[in-house]
Amino acid sequence: MEVGQLQRQYVEYTTSLFREGFLDSQFTQLQQLQDESNPDFVVEVVSLFFEDSERLLNDLNKALDQKGVDFKKVDGNVHQLKGSSSSIGANRVKNACVAFRNYCEEQNTEACFGCLQQVKQEYVLVKNKLETLFRLEQQILAAGGSVPMME
Amino acid sequence: MNLVSQTAKSMSTPNSSVSWKSGEPDPFPAGLRVLLVDDDPTCLMILEKMLLNCLYEVTKCNRAEMALSLLRENKNGYDIVISDVHMPDMDGFKLLEHIGLEMDLPVIMMSADDSKSVVMKGVTHGACDYLIKPVRIEALKNIWQHVVRKRKHEWKDIEQSGSIEDGEQQQKQTDDADFSSSANEGSWRKRRKDEEDQVEDRDDTSALKKPRVVWSVELHQQFVAAVNQLGIDKAVPKKILELMNVPGLTRENVASHLQKYRLYLRRLSGVSQHQSGLNNSFGGPPDATFGSVSSFNGLDLQALAATGQIPAQSLATLQAAALGRSTTKSGISVPLMDQRNLFSFEGPKLRFGEGSQQPQQSNNNNKQINLLHGIPTTMEPKQLANLHQSAQQSFRGMNMQVNNAHGNQSSSLLVQMSQPPQSRPQILNDTNVNHLSRLPSSLPQPTLSGGMPSSAALARNGMVDNARGAVYNSVSQASSMVDFSITQNTDLPGNSFPLANNPSAITSKGVLQEEVNSEMKGSRGFAPNYDIFSDLHQHKSQDWELQNVGLAFNASQHSNMQGCLDIQPSVLVHQGFSSNQNSLQNRNTSVGKVMFSAGEESGHGNAHNIDQQLNTFVADNSFIKAESLPEASCQNMLFPEQFTQEDLMSILLKQQEGLGQVANEFGFDGYPLDDLPV
Repeated sequence: MEVGQLQRQYVEYTTSLFREGFLDSQFTQLQQLQDESNPDFVVEVVSLFFEDSERLLNDLNKALDQKGVDFKKVDGNVHQLKGSSSSIGANRVKNACVAFRNYCEEQNTEACFGCLQQVKQEYVLVKNKLETLFRLEQQILAAGGSVPMME
Repeated sequence: MNLVSQTAKSMSTPNSSVSWKSGEPDPFPAGLRVLLVDDDPTCLMILEKMLLNCLYEVTKCNRAEMALSLLRENKNGYDIVISDVHMPDMDGFKLLEHIGLEMDLPVIMMSADDSKSVVMKGVTHGACDYLIKPVRIEALKNIWQHVVRKRKHEWKDIEQSGSIEDGEQQQKQTDDADFSSSANEGSWRKRRKDEEDQVEDRDDTSALKKPRVVWSVELHQQFVAAVNQLGIDKAVPKKILELMNVPGLTRENVASHLQKYRLYLRRLSGVSQHQSGLNNSFGGPPDATFGSVSSFNGLDLQALAATGQIPAQSLATLQAAALGRSTTKSGISVPLMDQRNLFSFEGPKLRFGEGSQQPQQSNNNNKQINLLHGIPTTMEPKQLANLHQSAQQSFRGMNMQVNNAHGNQSSSLLVQMSQPPQSRPQILNDTNVNHLSRLPSSLPQPTLSGGMPSSAALARNGMVDNARGAVYNSVSQASSMVDFSITQNTDLPGNSFPLANNPSAITSKGVLQEEVNSEMKGSRGFAPNYDIFSDLHQHKSQDWELQNVGLAFNASQHSNMQGCLDIQPSVLVHQGFSSNQNSLQNRNTSVGKVMFSAGEESGHGNAHNIDQQLNTFVADNSFIKAESLPEASCQNMLFPEQFTQEDLMSILLKQQEGLGQVANEFGFDGYPLDDLPV
């Protein structure tokens, strides 16, 4: 595919992600932080986010699986996931975390499990989306073009 | 690791305009040195990038303890701290308190939690700002205003210290120490700010330089003597100034020095308490104490407890153990053990509160003071004597000893002494068994009651053992230690952490700490001392020389350290000199000073430990002197002396790193590299 086409695809894709709430303005901030001195900044941060989130999700799963659920711990984990997802702009994941925390407060294990599934789902979704986005970027760069800056 | 490099970077390039020592034109706020603490790696990375984009110098760490130790190590190495509220190893607000007390840096809290209660908590704990995550770069662009504001206030504070009731301020500190209500601290700060507000013309934002008085060893000795004469509770700057009768010294100088001294004392007591709390053996109370008291307090108390609590016997034992590890280890440990048993965890703890330390459990601060006063009494003469000798130098030694802890306890003591008990033990252990021996003596002196428990506390359980082990090794082979340290030093170009394990490392650390940048240097300097120590137990003069060397290092390092200790630089330098004098008194003083400064700088744990010890030292100079450990301590003492200064330095430095180190220490058996934030 030629560069122009790739770039258009990229722009459309990104716009849709924002429109559908997968990403928010915080992600734009990240993109703006990227510069020549740190050309892979966004990819690095997002990768870090993936790693960390997977760990948190695992911990959450384990914690909720206990006989006596430690809701404080669960809440702490969710809080952290909320923090990191909001920092990279993973909007829907963050929202799912907010809902999750409410149920933690109620100490409702069943509901918490449900929330966990929800969070996981959102996480997987945004992960796929971002990976697609990065792939597009790579293609553009490989074709000799530059990645359009989103406003 | 980033942290290391970042640390080195920020340490070695204090080009920030905010640095008081830089005299060059400031491209302020560019170069503002920010310490970033957050356990979330994603946020950490993002914030770091944002701050870098703002042209700030960033050091990031993902653990509060690491942050505290970094701060203690290099007191003037940072201009502002940004910390997350929810962290696994320490509550962000606790960290906030610690920093406020020890380093008095502006701290910005941040969290994804924007509920009013949490934000209010930030305010009452004295945070100068509260950011809601996700943080935008715009929010970070203006954080320099907090640095300027604080400096302005400090400047005014200094100016007004004369007019403002010193007593009041001291009171405040005491009150603040009582962390029962964080509002105290907040109000204290507010008060200062209010006072500052009255003075309108401190517009010197970028280079607020305060006139600095060089607190030499002699000067500090005079100061401490005056304070003791008046009684720590009644010591007001005016009277102290009169007693000291030093021309050219202003009340303001004395006032600010007194503030730091009190902090130091507080820390000592707090640390000991903290330590005891840490120690499982103590059982519930320590924890309760710990928990109940703000971390700072707890630490102070613990430290005090540790210092004071450590029964003279245990201390002696510890020292003996430390000293005579190779030889009398077994013997010593036995008595030590007995002692421990005597104290039994509950005992010591109670002692803490009730003992010489006095009811530290709840108010570390208050206790600290009490402790100090009471320290002499609790100490057994014999032990005290031993301690004294060792104490002088053992300040470090104590820590060391504690670390080495004949038993776990002793090490714990040491550990405790140095606030980040964990880190300390390491340091201490490394420093030398000698030190250890010394320390114990000094420790016990202050508060015998706490002896056992404190050591236990100190021993952080894991840490102590490690410390001991480390110490032990070091003891048996001074030379090896030396090598160790050397090696260690090399390994840690910028990290004092690894050094922790090494006794020599510790000392070097102390030195290194001073110059974060050149750890190697420090260790090298120290290493020789070790050698000398091992070789010449008896040669005090040599020790002095060594000390001087070490001190010289410190002195040189001093510049590097810069911020580490406001007073310290001078103190350190002086220490070297004083050691030359070969007067125990001097030593003590210097040690004390170091300790003092250490205490001041490191704030919590380390400082406390050191402070306590120092205080103990200073306060009980005569007392201590009288009692020297009967056992080989003498010999060891000599060494410890040398180390003491160095140890102190290291301790000081350690303190700064303390937290980080402490953490390391826990897990350490060798180098706490693992704990280093990556």
